[in-house]
Amino acid sequence: MSELLRSYLTVGIFGVAAIAMAGAMLTIARILRPQRPTPQKLIAYESGVDPVGGDWAQSQIRYYVFAVLFVLFDVEAVFIFPWATRLEVYGTFGLVEMAIFIFILVLGLFYAWRKGVLRWV
Amino acid sequence: MATQSVLAFVGPSVNWWALLPQMILLGAALLIMLVSALAPKQTSTPFVTVTTMCAAITSYIVATGLWNDVQRDGPSSSIASAFGIDGFSIFFTMLILVALAATALLSHGYLDKEGIDAPEFHALLLCSAAGAIVMASANDLVVMFIGLEALSIGLYVMIAMHDRRQEARESAIKYFVLGAFSSAFLLYGIALTYGATGSTNLIHIRDYLGAVVFRDQHLLMAAMALLLVGLSFKVAAAPFHFWAPDVYQGAPSPVTGWMASVAKAAGFAALLRIFFAAFASHRIDWTPIVSVLAAVTLVVGAVMAILQNDVKRMLAFSSVSHAGYVLIAVQAATDQGTAAALFYLFTYTFMVLGTFAVVGAMGRDDDHPLANYAGLGRSRPVLAIGFTILLLAQAGIPTTSGFVAKFQVIAAAVNNKNYVLAGLAMITAVVGAFMYLRIVMAMYVDNEEQKSSVPSWHWSTKVVVIAMVGFTLLAGLVPQFLIEFAEDAVPILIRG
Amino acid sequence: MVELVWLIPMLPLLGFLILLITGHLLGEPRAGWVATAFAGASFIATLIVLVGLLGKDSHAGGRSYEFVLFEWLPAGSLKVEAGFLLDPLSITMALFVTGVGALIHLYSIGYMHGDEKYSKFFLYLNLFLFSMLMLVFGNNLVVTFLGWEGVGACSYFLISFWHRRESAATAGKKAFVTNRVGDWGFMIATFAIWSALGTVTYTEIANSPAMSAATGTAVSLLLFVAAAGKSAQLPLYVWLPDAMEGPTPVSAMVHAATMVTSGVYLLVRMNNVLTDDALLVIAVIGATTALFAALCAVAQHDIKRVLAYSTVSQLGYMFLAIGSGAYVAAIFHVITHAFFKALLFLGSGSVIHGMHDEQDMRKMGALRIAMPITGATFIIGWLAIAGVPPFAGFWSKDEILLAAWEQKNIGPLLWVVGLVTALLTAYYMSRQVILVFFGDQRWDDDVHPHESSWTMTTPLCVLAVAAAAGGAINLPLVKDWLVLEHFLEPIFHHPHHFSSGTATKIALAVISVAAGLIGISIAVLSWMKRRIPTDRLEPEFLENAMYVDSSYARVVGGPGTTGFQKTADFDRRIVDGGVNGLARAVMKLGQLIQPTQSGYMRNYAVGVALGALAILVVLAWGLL
Repeated sequence: MSELLRSYLTVGIFGVAAIAMAGAMLTIARILRPQRPTPQKLIAYESGVDPVGGDWAQSQIRYYVFAVLFVLFDVEAVFIFPWATRLEVYGTFGLVEMAIFIFILVLGLFYAWRKGVLRWV
Repeated sequence: MATQSVLAFVGPSVNWWALLPQMILLGAALLIMLVSALAPKQTSTPFVTVTTMCAAITSYIVATGLWNDVQRDGPSSSIASAFGIDGFSIFFTMLILVALAATALLSHGYLDKEGIDAPEFHALLLCSAAGAIVMASANDLVVMFIGLEALSIGLYVMIAMHDRRQEARESAIKYFVLGAFSSAFLLYGIALTYGATGSTNLIHIRDYLGAVVFRDQHLLMAAMALLLVGLSFKVAAAPFHFWAPDVYQGAPSPVTGWMASVAKAAGFAALLRIFFAAFASHRIDWTPIVSVLAAVTLVVGAVMAILQNDVKRMLAFSSVSHAGYVLIAVQAATDQGTAAALFYLFTYTFMVLGTFAVVGAMGRDDDHPLANYAGLGRSRPVLAIGFTILLLAQAGIPTTSGFVAKFQVIAAAVNNKNYVLAGLAMITAVVGAFMYLRIVMAMYVDNEEQKSSVPSWHWSTKVVVIAMVGFTLLAGLVPQFLIEFAEDAVPILIRG
Repeated sequence: MVELVWLIPMLPLLGFLILLITGHLLGEPRAGWVATAFAGASFIATLIVLVGLLGKDSHAGGRSYEFVLFEWLPAGSLKVEAGFLLDPLSITMALFVTGVGALIHLYSIGYMHGDEKYSKFFLYLNLFLFSMLMLVFGNNLVVTFLGWEGVGACSYFLISFWHRRESAATAGKKAFVTNRVGDWGFMIATFAIWSALGTVTYTEIANSPAMSAATGTAVSLLLFVAAAGKSAQLPLYVWLPDAMEGPTPVSAMVHAATMVTSGVYLLVRMNNVLTDDALLVIAVIGATTALFAALCAVAQHDIKRVLAYSTVSQLGYMFLAIGSGAYVAAIFHVITHAFFKALLFLGSGSVIHGMHDEQDMRKMGALRIAMPITGATFIIGWLAIAGVPPFAGFWSKDEILLAAWEQKNIGPLLWVVGLVTALLTAYYMSRQVILVFFGDQRWDDDVHPHESSWTMTTPLCVLAVAAAAGGAINLPLVKDWLVLEHFLEPIFHHPHHFSSGTATKIALAVISVAAGLIGISIAVLSWMKRRIPTDRLEPEFLENAMYVDSSYARVVGGPGTTGFQKTADFDRRIVDGGVNGLARAVMKLGQLIQPTQSGYMRNYAVGVALGALAILVVLAWGLL
């Protein structure tokens, strides 16, 4: 087996372990829990909203804005994590860099706020 | 004590002076956003236009200083050799700044007329310009990709900003989805290049390819192919041009001008840096493909342009065929050819900005039938002459810069013994000229019935048209200075 | 100081640009003064450069300077520079072009008074001056051609300046069409010279080995075709009389003093290319033109048409001189002619102005009383053109006749033609002077002739002095007095020297003066004393210029049309057919690929993917 494939072996083992674990938990739960089904309980779970109507339904644009903001700040947090782990090494330079980065982000948020994006109308 | 010195972080040295042009642009973008967020009322359009113009001019002055430095001290690179400071990057910086100033002026009249939020537009424009500069200057594929995305994302939004118009949204979505699609190709190409050469740094790639003889080149070939596809999309070369007519037509005219000039120029800058400079040792592999692309692009651009009845679509296909001419120069893979490509892009920028300035002033963006232009020669004689000159320049008529540009490109192909391509270029030039002449004819044919009311032109449009026409004639009559400028800007990769 | 040569053409260009931008704001008369100031400044610059040039050593090309501004068209082996050539010939031309030009600018301030396109007129004049100076100073054929086309364009604009007049528009069109023939000659000659010598730069042409006899003659004749078009020689002269539809200052400057002599300049500049055979043709056509036009002038009634035909005739003299190898005499006559013909035209303009746009000489007479300054200066011009010593025209004309006499093949015949022309010239000019300024008043009672303003009379006086004393620049009496000849000598490969003895020279001069006096006497007897019946002296045949013009029109309209029709048929069937076939093929191809442009994003994405696949496959193919 080549070196490359061997390194992927770890991934494979991880995958098998994950499936086994999830499968085990679901199976144990199925064995242990009581079963009293009602029609209400059998409906597919859609975050509490009734899954009725056609599939071409319109959704609120307001969700969309928040989703975008969420993704944005989530991604930016990804930059901050590795920086935080090495903060001491970077010293003042790192601090200034991150300050600029966050300043720009805050400016964007500030702009979005002033333009009324955050208001739930 | 010892541990601390090991841990002490030493970042790559940064030549801040060389980064100043794009930092000024970004700073201006932030300033505009800050002011517009703080201002109690709607921020006035003149303020943002002036800010953008000031940023462009200051940047240009800095770029001129950098150019002199490079001429004196030779090229260099900075930030761990990821950012080139050479004639090539400054050439494109200047080109982009000129386009930025022109677009800012054009949008000045346009934004008010169409009721678009000026600060947002200008902030995006400035970011987009900074991205284009980064893309043209990057010596590293990843940095180049960041520049490309900054350029493109700004563009996507600018196209869509005209939110009352269905066409603008449609073209923004088209450009966005297809752009993302092509970015994927480009990214995959970058990844494969890394796989084949062990680096994303162009200098390292060049040295590696020059030193190592591959037993099995498949990975490298696939990398080249994917990089070529990704960049061909950006420059609208056939068969990756399909988006161009729809997007050009739907986008607001100043944005179309920006897209046609800067996105294309930055795309070619990246193409030249990657292929001409970094893949120099493998030119035998990539030149045939590029010449086929050039041929297909020329034919498709010229032939399709003739069939159009909408001026913006015509110009979109004409922009496709211009990409074909530049590709001819690229495929020569010589210093002469590259200088010809640079000359072409520089002069083309002026022509296309002036052209879309006129188109933008010709009324609403909904449609631009040729008939709208009937009688323009009478109602706006001076600007009609200007438009005529710009169109003739695009057709490559002597005494305009377009002639010199086409001449040099064809000369590069001939010197490379690629007579088929040179001949094809001449034929398509004739076919293309027919389309430009159709517009010119329409302007001077008096058609009493169809004399639509021509809206009054904003002064800024006039300034841009006159400046662009002036430069087009100047570079056509005394091209020497520009030829030398382009020759001094041929890319070289220098470790910093 | 010679480095300032670029200023000479640039000043009128600057004036043009200023008027272009601010002309309508300046209005009358400021626009005129601005244009005049720039023309005058250009003249001063020329003087400064001349002083600088005279300070240089005249030996071994010491007075020839080339200033290359930039390489203009780097087209393979053909290298065309934009540059100036400063040498005795170009500075001589520039001197009278700017000098006479500035005076005519000044004159126009008054003449164009009240015209609705006042500032535009001066704009054209400045542009013309710039083009003319580019023509003169260009250091190669291409730059000269640029100036050549520039003066042509200005000439058309100015001829049809009053374009509301049908005749003016037609005259402009005629000038344009006729000049195209000449331009064709110029272009073919340029290409021929380039292919034979590999250069189009004058200094390099001058130092090139001679071309083969056949090529040389062909090139010479093509250059002559060019010159004949611009300088109105047979058979291309027809546009010049009609060009009198333009304002009179234009007739004076463009169609008498400067532009029409550019053909002479071109041939003198290319003197080392001209072969003996070609020179003979040039001499014969020059002499024929001189005689023909003089005959036509005899029977004209329009004051300006007389002068127009006279111009054609005098230009014929210049070509006769070139054909006889006497280039200095040709340039000498160009200069003196510029003085006296500009004077005559401006005088006639003053008359027309004073007579409220009356141009028919039959409705004039006795104007010397009403217009004393115009009359006096016009008379000086008349004496100069009639060849009465010591006025300027005598000296230059005498030199041409002497050169004709010494022509190797048919010298005496050319001389006789020249002499008859001189006699006729003296006659028709005297007739004009008498009809206009002497005799009885024949104008209507409601016309009140008056002298013109000072801006118009000042140029007249200056030009009168020049026309009277202009001969002084090249007096043959003492060898050292031949200033012009010594000055111009370095530019000629084979300097021309008169071989005749002093006795012959004096005899010929006496005969030509006698011919002039006879012409004047006939005119006085017939038109003033009425001793000779005048009705037979104006045959319709001559009044209509021997029907040359109308026969052109008839040929073009009759058999010519058939020919054109045939050509058009050929063009339609074969040429158009080919082009249309190509166009159809292009359209077909377009329709074939048009469906790819469907507007659906999914299809575009498929296109991109297929393209990427194709590239991948091709690149992989290369590896297999």
